[in-house]
Amino acid sequence: MSSAVEVAQATSEQNRASWGLWLRQIGAIFRLEIEKNFLSRRSILIYLIALLPLFPLALLALVTPPGNEWRDFNQYSVIYSIIYNGLILRTLIFFGSAWIFMNLFRGELVDRSLHYYFLSAVRREVLVVGKYLSGLVTSIVLFTTTTVIAMLLLYFPHFYSQSVRYFTEGRGLTQLLTYAGITILACVGYGAFFLVVGLFIRNPIIPALLLYGWEWLNFLLPPLLKKVSVIHYLNSLVPVPISEGPFAVVADPTPAYIAIPSMLVVTIIVLILAAFRIRHMEIRYGSD
Amino acid sequence: MSSNDQLIIFDNVSKFYGEILGVNRVNLQIAPGITSLVGPNGAGKSTLMNLMTGLLRPTRGSITLLGIPTDEPEKLFRKVGYCTQFDSFPRGVTGREFITSFLFVHGFDRKQANDLAQLAIERVNLVEAADRKVAGYSKGMRQRIRLAQSIAHQPAVLILDEPLNGLDPMVRAETIALFRKLASEGLHLIISSHILHEVDMMSDRVVLLNNGYIVAEGNIHGVRDEMEEHPMQILIRCDQPAKLAAYVFAQNHVVEARLHDDRRGLFVKTRDADRFYLLLNHAVAEGEVNVESVAPVDDDLSAVYQYLIGTTGGSA
Repeated sequence: MSSAVEVAQATSEQNRASWGLWLRQIGAIFRLEIEKNFLSRRSILIYLIALLPLFPLALLALVTPPGNEWRDFNQYSVIYSIIYNGLILRTLIFFGSAWIFMNLFRGELVDRSLHYYFLSAVRREVLVVGKYLSGLVTSIVLFTTTTVIAMLLLYFPHFYSQSVRYFTEGRGLTQLLTYAGITILACVGYGAFFLVVGLFIRNPIIPALLLYGWEWLNFLLPPLLKKVSVIHYLNSLVPVPISEGPFAVVADPTPAYIAIPSMLVVTIIVLILAAFRIRHMEIRYGSD
Repeated sequence: MSSNDQLIIFDNVSKFYGEILGVNRVNLQIAPGITSLVGPNGAGKSTLMNLMTGLLRPTRGSITLLGIPTDEPEKLFRKVGYCTQFDSFPRGVTGREFITSFLFVHGFDRKQANDLAQLAIERVNLVEAADRKVAGYSKGMRQRIRLAQSIAHQPAVLILDEPLNGLDPMVRAETIALFRKLASEGLHLIISSHILHEVDMMSDRVVLLNNGYIVAEGNIHGVRDEMEEHPMQILIRCDQPAKLAAYVFAQNHVVEARLHDDRRGLFVKTRDADRFYLLLNHAVAEGEVNVESVAPVDDDLSAVYQYLIGTTGGSA
């Protein structure tokens, strides 16, 4: 009996040691990748993408465009929702995530440096987690910042005092946090998708464009097919819904308590697929 | 611990790239010491090394290093270091950062990583350049920093793909001395090379590869001895080579006796070197000739290579 207890204790200690080691290794991979994501030459493009929505908004801050909706403070929540949906969510976060997450593995294959990770005493699943977390933090920091600055840049220059009240006493702060939350969720979902695409497909641009088309045409799809997309779940969470046009097939939004867990479950499944792929991956730079 | 836990074992391993053969039906057991993989370009040396380290997966068969299967990198690379031929590095790192960053990935803490990196840098004589960017290194320095990275975690098995490429003669000699030292400490060293005289100098064993097949393996001289049907050539420096030629030519194991161009030596080709040496002893004892020296002319790797593979194998 005592030997069984000792075995159980030893196993438990070994498990704790393994978890400790894995966490240290995830931390090491995370630090290496974060440095690359933020400070390498490749990161210049991602900064430009992150700044993209801010240029037109900065211009709007200087010049009020013609049209009554721009003079009506109550319309600004709708205007921001349109900007967020078209420019930030579907363009910035989509392509930004594609660039960041596809490069996590594909970029190292191009640079012929992935083998250094593969020749380290680290489980390849741990490598996937470390790299994914680095991509996630990078995209969240950049794109959430853009989401927040874009909103403030729209509201404050023209209606300063109303905006202060809106964000301190009204619904402004809740909406801001909701948009930031949607941005984070989008990074989680698109990130996992693009990570796995970068692992399976040599030229990931084509599947990225296919997904882009699918996401844009989502408004035309029947309700059942709408659910086979990321954008449907993200749109369901947007605090100010916008019309998708006269040809849109109307479907009920998915409630947040279903949309968020669904996205997270799908992300976990995709990451498991990525881990399986990386576990069996060979290094043959010539053919990559 | 079983004896297999001390060996690197290839069990009927084949690797195909689509329809192209990498290596075929490799059965091999490698013991501690320096083992060289030798063969012309495309022979399968790098494929064998990549299979050994899990960078490639065998199409058939299995490989274990010290009892650890190659698809468990988390265990394998506690004991194995691999210096590949890929002359590429993570962007923007210094030599020291390159080594420490992957020691962190291994799981070492900062102090351990710094100490191990320093030790490895010292072993490859790159202390002065360690804090410079790798991008500014010469080819030889890049080779050495990769070697340092592969030995930094102090593995029991060190696999080196063409490790002497790009090194100047002085550094080459130092590196070979380092390999010998590591082998004397009980490490497995597996080295691929096409520079035959260096392989000859440093290896305990050779594995000769050609077109994806192992054509011979073992001690260099043993491999040579096994080639019984291929006559061995011996040069005898003596005062009366013509007389010696007549003396030995009567023996049926001697297939050729030819005077050296300077007429102060005799080349003899024999199918039985041991019997020839006995015969030569008799000749000397009977006062037929005075022998200055006796040396096998083709008992080196180059000759083995030429005979088995049909090329000279190139040189440095």
